[in-house]
Amino acid sequence: MRAALSTLEVARPRDVRHALALLHESVAGERLVPLAGGTDLYVSLNAGVVPGRRFLDLGGLSALRGVRDDRGALEIGALTTFAALREHPAVRRRAPALAAAAATIGAWQVQCRATLGGNIGNASPAGDSLPVLLAHEAIVRLLSVRGARDVAFRELFRGYKDLALEPDEIIGSITLPASGRGPAGARPFFRKVGTRRAQAIAKVSLAGLLRVGRDGRVDAVRVALGSVAPVPVRAARAERVLFGARPSAAVACAARAALLEDVSPIDDIRSDREYRERVAGNLLEQFLRSSDARFAR
Amino acid sequence: MSPLVTLSFTLNGRRRRVRVPPMKRLLDVLREDCGLTGTKEGCGEGECGACTVLLNGLAVNSCLVPAAQAEGARVVTVEGLARGRGLTVLQRAFVEGGGTQCGLCTPGILVTAQALLARTKGRVPGEDEVRWALAGNLCRCTGYQKIVDSVRAAARARNGRKDSARAGAGVRADAPKKRRSSTGAARTRAKAGAR
Repeated sequence: MRAALSTLEVARPRDVRHALALLHESVAGERLVPLAGGTDLYVSLNAGVVPGRRFLDLGGLSALRGVRDDRGALEIGALTTFAALREHPAVRRRAPALAAAAATIGAWQVQCRATLGGNIGNASPAGDSLPVLLAHEAIVRLLSVRGARDVAFRELFRGYKDLALEPDEIIGSITLPASGRGPAGARPFFRKVGTRRAQAIAKVSLAGLLRVGRDGRVDAVRVALGSVAPVPVRAARAERVLFGARPSAAVACAARAALLEDVSPIDDIRSDREYRERVAGNLLEQFLRSSDARFAR
Repeated sequence: MSPLVTLSFTLNGRRRRVRVPPMKRLLDVLREDCGLTGTKEGCGEGECGACTVLLNGLAVNSCLVPAAQAEGARVVTVEGLARGRGLTVLQRAFVEGGGTQCGLCTPGILVTAQALLARTKGRVPGEDEVRWALAGNLCRCTGYQKIVDSVRAAARARNGRKDSARAGAGVRADAPKKRRSSTGAARTRAKAGAR
């Protein structure tokens, strides 16, 4: 049953400062729920799940929108939509995996509304951009009346749908540091597996980057996955197998075995544990082979 | 904060003012408060695209847009694609090409396709590009091929004419301008002329 939308209230702040003040004041009583593109919120509302009765409309805060390329670091405003991300030249050049992930979210209509900050704030382990943010070692800037604080994206998730945000904080921006792309020549990768190419929620997604150094050994590797654990995860054990190794089919196989220790998928309406484990392994192998053909030999 | 807010926005080129609950869905504002029932509700969760409208030139699911966020915006519904009783190039292509069956998905598809035509000015989008753009518009009669063909026929037809029957209604001011390659344009003109 759809929620009774006519009883819900909206605060429309003049600017970021005003928004933070309204949010801070609301914490003492009935907390305002931040609202960005609404693409997740309205799915809940239309299904009768109401996360709150009062909303803080961030939609008009243009200061939180847009991409800045600061000497190689990409600073992305939390309200930047996925349609904007996938077309932005700096994003395509410096973070092609993020542009690729943006293109898999919903369909065009959803991409025109859904925001990067909203994908983080919704905190689903299936959020399509999240493995990319992990692989890029993104920094999230949180804003409140006390000012700004930066948190490493990997430290943001406390548990399933649980973020380390104070009740009066909002997500202001996301920075992909230049170092997050790895050393020159590191190859980025993103693939999401769902029921169809558009409008699918991920069964498994994997973002990664890898470089084989001059000495023939892997000298940079990051692997991150979505939909295989209560939170988006870095595959630390698989990375340990790969780092310093010479690419070969045997190493790929060992990394795949280690990956099973990194993930803990569940059975749900979209897929089951066994399928997700197998596909996660397949994605890892595809990533490795596409980064260096010797992983196939 | 009050339970009802007064919103003003531009609807199909005309200023509109409505008094509605701020979290009412734009879809319902259009259908109930503005009397424009061309926009349909399918799934109510952003999957099917039947409720697609242009919001500031961008194709969006109006079932996922709070009324409050339409304040000051330009909204175009299927009713606003054509002027008066005429049809747009796109609508004519759907009629002539059999791009519509039961018709429930058609308003949303026309609006999404209009946004695609606006961003592919001067060229004919490839079949993959049309299928990508329409991936969020489900047709349960499953006649996708004729839909795709109709959109491409419309692109060919409008490239053959100078005036493009308000094809620009949905153009974003900040949309990247596509440079028309003179040979490509000449080719499409020649093709359209040959038909």
